[in-house]
Amino acid sequence: MRALNRKLLRDLRHLRGQMLSIGGVVACGVAAVVAMGSTLQTIDHARATYYEHARFADVFASLKRAPEPLASRIAEISGVAAVETRVTAAVLLDVPGLAEPATGWMVSIPTDREQTLNQVHVRRGRWPTPGVSSEVLVGERFAEANALTIGTRLSAVINGRWQRLTIVGVAMSPEFVHEVGGGGTTMFSDSRHFGVLWMGRDALGPLYGMDGAFNDVALSLSPGANEQSVIERLDALLVRYGGGRAYGRDDQPSNVVLTNEVKQLRAFGIVMPAVFLFVAAFLVSIVLSRLVATQRGEIATLKAFGYHDHDIAMHFMGYALAAVLLGAVMGVPFGAWVGSKFTALYVAYFTFPELTHHTSLELVALSLSVAAASAVIGALAAARTAAALPPAEGMRPPSPLVYRPLLLERLGFTGVFTPTIRMVLRSMERRPWRAAASILGVALAVGTFVGGTFAFDVAMYMGDLQFRVIERADLSVSFIQPLPARAFHDMRAVPGVSRVEMYRSVPVRISYGHRFRQIAITGLEREGTLRRLVDADGRTYAIPPAGLVLTKALASVLRVAPGDTVRLELLERGGEERRVVVTALLDELLGTAGYMEIGELNRLVGEGRVVSGAYVSLEPGAESRALGMLRRLPSVAGATPRRAMLESFEEQITSMITLTTTVVALLASIMAIGVLYNGARIALSERGRDLASLRVLGFTKREVAGMLFGEQAAVNVLGTPLGLLMGVGIALLIASAFDSELYRFPVIVTPRTYLWGVVMVVAAGLGAGIAMRRRINALNLVEVLKTRE
Amino acid sequence: MTTTLALPSVAPLRAAPPPREALRRAVYDVRALSKIYRMGEIEVHALRSVDLELYEGDLVVLLGASGSGKSTLLNILGGLDTPTSGTVRFAGRDLTAADDRSLTRFRRESVGFVFQFYNLIPSLTARENVALVTEISRNPMQPEEALAMVGLADRADHFPAQMSGGEQQRVAIARAIAKRPEVLLCDEPTGALDYETGKLVLNAIATVNRELGTTTIVITHNAVIAAMADRVLRISSGHIVEDRRNAKRAGIEELSW
Repeated sequence: MRALNRKLLRDLRHLRGQMLSIGGVVACGVAAVVAMGSTLQTIDHARATYYEHARFADVFASLKRAPEPLASRIAEISGVAAVETRVTAAVLLDVPGLAEPATGWMVSIPTDREQTLNQVHVRRGRWPTPGVSSEVLVGERFAEANALTIGTRLSAVINGRWQRLTIVGVAMSPEFVHEVGGGGTTMFSDSRHFGVLWMGRDALGPLYGMDGAFNDVALSLSPGANEQSVIERLDALLVRYGGGRAYGRDDQPSNVVLTNEVKQLRAFGIVMPAVFLFVAAFLVSIVLSRLVATQRGEIATLKAFGYHDHDIAMHFMGYALAAVLLGAVMGVPFGAWVGSKFTALYVAYFTFPELTHHTSLELVALSLSVAAASAVIGALAAARTAAALPPAEGMRPPSPLVYRPLLLERLGFTGVFTPTIRMVLRSMERRPWRAAASILGVALAVGTFVGGTFAFDVAMYMGDLQFRVIERADLSVSFIQPLPARAFHDMRAVPGVSRVEMYRSVPVRISYGHRFRQIAITGLEREGTLRRLVDADGRTYAIPPAGLVLTKALASVLRVAPGDTVRLELLERGGEERRVVVTALLDELLGTAGYMEIGELNRLVGEGRVVSGAYVSLEPGAESRALGMLRRLPSVAGATPRRAMLESFEEQITSMITLTTTVVALLASIMAIGVLYNGARIALSERGRDLASLRVLGFTKREVAGMLFGEQAAVNVLGTPLGLLMGVGIALLIASAFDSELYRFPVIVTPRTYLWGVVMVVAAGLGAGIAMRRRINALNLVEVLKTRE
Repeated sequence: MTTTLALPSVAPLRAAPPPREALRRAVYDVRALSKIYRMGEIEVHALRSVDLELYEGDLVVLLGASGSGKSTLLNILGGLDTPTSGTVRFAGRDLTAADDRSLTRFRRESVGFVFQFYNLIPSLTARENVALVTEISRNPMQPEEALAMVGLADRADHFPAQMSGGEQQRVAIARAIAKRPEVLLCDEPTGALDYETGKLVLNAIATVNRELGTTTIVITHNAVIAAMADRVLRISSGHIVEDRRNAKRAGIEELSW
């Protein structure tokens, strides 16, 4: 081994604390690249493979009804490669084990030939028997959420008639990688209330009067075809059949969600590593600059012996690369592990034939090159200084740093500071960039912590808003089927019940233009107090006397503004159509939903005074008795105590908080410790001689430590508030990324989270201090009398 | 259990010269002092059973070649190092039995140090360097007063980097005496200075000794300096080989080397 490398290894051992702390920060950056990147690649790859393999269509259109021969005319449009016509319908489902009705999206599949596009893949079970209208396949997500197995029977309202269905298989399709459907009625488990079902074309067609006809078509394009022109030609063909609103993959609901997710992952996969690698570069830069300063003599000696400038520069680059290597050894496996956990999380949202997490070598190479680049950038200045140092000058001690009074003092504020504070502030002012970068480093750590954990504040806020402000009934009761309004009296008669408000829930397919969703419109009493309309900021609104109120999330999905008229298909009535004007938008936190005054809703549907359930408040201590009574009533499908929902919600959140907060706090602490520990080590290296002199002059260890950590304390004091602000910024960024159809993500950060952020950096500072204590105790008081810096 | 040294913090201001030898108090009483360093396999006997009394108000020059043991002796007297055997009593208190905390207090209250390389804090001005010490002392001078005593009243607002070596060393002396210590320990105070500035610094030390009556010990390998002392000790291989009193202290202007 070359002697210079031997020196490198010995120095590394000597600097192991600093190397480890920098390596830790590099590891976080590498892990972030690997975790996010591998998840992204896994999903991207799964999507591309699945889309290609199952022949996912490029253009989609729905229409009222067209005769099957139209398909061949569609196929003649230039640029169209394949055409698949089908029958689709929204249906109401009665699912075993589910109190409320669910809604389904029924799609026909050919039983006499292979599907050309959007091929349905049967995971378990078998394909429906030709001509048997009771056999269906169900989507995997829906089957899992409701524990449906092969052989399970369901009922569905198909074209206005109840129909018994038997599940013969569990399936998936590239059209429903994400089973986008209705807003659902609860916030947790949307997939329980919406599912995709497939039935043979020869069975479904006749049920809807679509024998030899279709109401939905999907196309694939030949290579190089112009999607927009195909869409225009298709619209022109379909407009007389009630179509004319064809759309491409970019608007395909499942694909939109998938694409957004991939975009978010990519954004985080760039931002997160960038933060850590920036801090790593900064740490490498300060540590190496100091190393070069303390090794002036050695550098000069090496040059005097004839080492080239670039040998010296490469030697110092070696330290930076060692930190990267250390970071890689820790970061790559950790990142791969986190990536596999992330991927496992996505399995709950996306259905792919196979979603096997894979960390590619290219990605590992990429993460290492990015980390190495950041370390090299950090080391550049120090390596250049070392290379440029003339040997003769290196033999002499460095010229002393010229200090000057603080800006404040120059402005006339003299005598404000004690000498200790002056020492700290002047040394920061002397190297403003280093101080600024340290402050930024601490701020980023605090910001990462706050930005990484605020989601729980939001969840808690959502829970609180949902269960304490919006839903104030002690029990929410749902009926097996809509009942006349006089059911109120049955509820009122239950012992212990103090107040009853009835509601009506109507499942619909709501559409505007070619955009649609399946939701439930809830009819509420105008004077009701147990279930209210509340926006994200907790403001309560009265329900307007007429028209439909939509959540803002739904309005933006449908691109609807107040005053627009939307189309409703009533799923309970086989898709009968209604039109209603949207009168107001509600900035609700959760989901896609619609609200109307209950009487108005009854009138719109064309039914009498009918209710779907009741919100009930109870006298104190009456819960178990009232529940017992209610559950015995034959008309009651379910009665859920709000308290139980709140408790299970909070329990879920709390267990997630513990894990995530620990991980985020760990990452943020690694960053904070990296900044503070290295800062203190460098301060000790630069001022060790001063501090030892002060010890000789009679300063105690504690006083000397105070001077040493003064700068770190100042960095903390300045960096922490900045970090808290930054945390809010990161939170805003994350919130806008996560704002989705199901959740509107408010930015709420509680004092507790801020406090924990502060505790985290203070603890990191103390940790760095404890690690330094031995070194302060070991300050050589005798040596300092004899040696010159 | 910590033994604390209840030390008189302030030496009363007296005008030199000191009274008759027999009446003078011994500030330091050193008995059978030995110090052995272990350097790997080798034992280095830095001090071999030294007996010594140092008297109040004396300016003592401690001569010796490098490695003779003079710095070891000074370090032990200053509470920076502990002996292997023997005792050192300062104003009646046993320094050899004191722990780190008591030694820190001893240095803080009773000892002024002057280093060969000044060791000023570069980010503090002359005045602030002195103030750093006066702020932790019980009965200090004003920093300005201490600086005036070494002839640097007009340089109080300069930073170390703006001063010559001799000026920096005089600031260091001002810093050492501003707390009115009972002893002033100077380790090669002129070692890093040229002839002229070296004499300025020695003059400052002599002035302090004369005007404040501070017992002063100056380590040097420059024998010429011995002429300015009340008492001269020569140390060699860990033994005191010469102990003499000058009949008359030479003025600094009389010294030349």
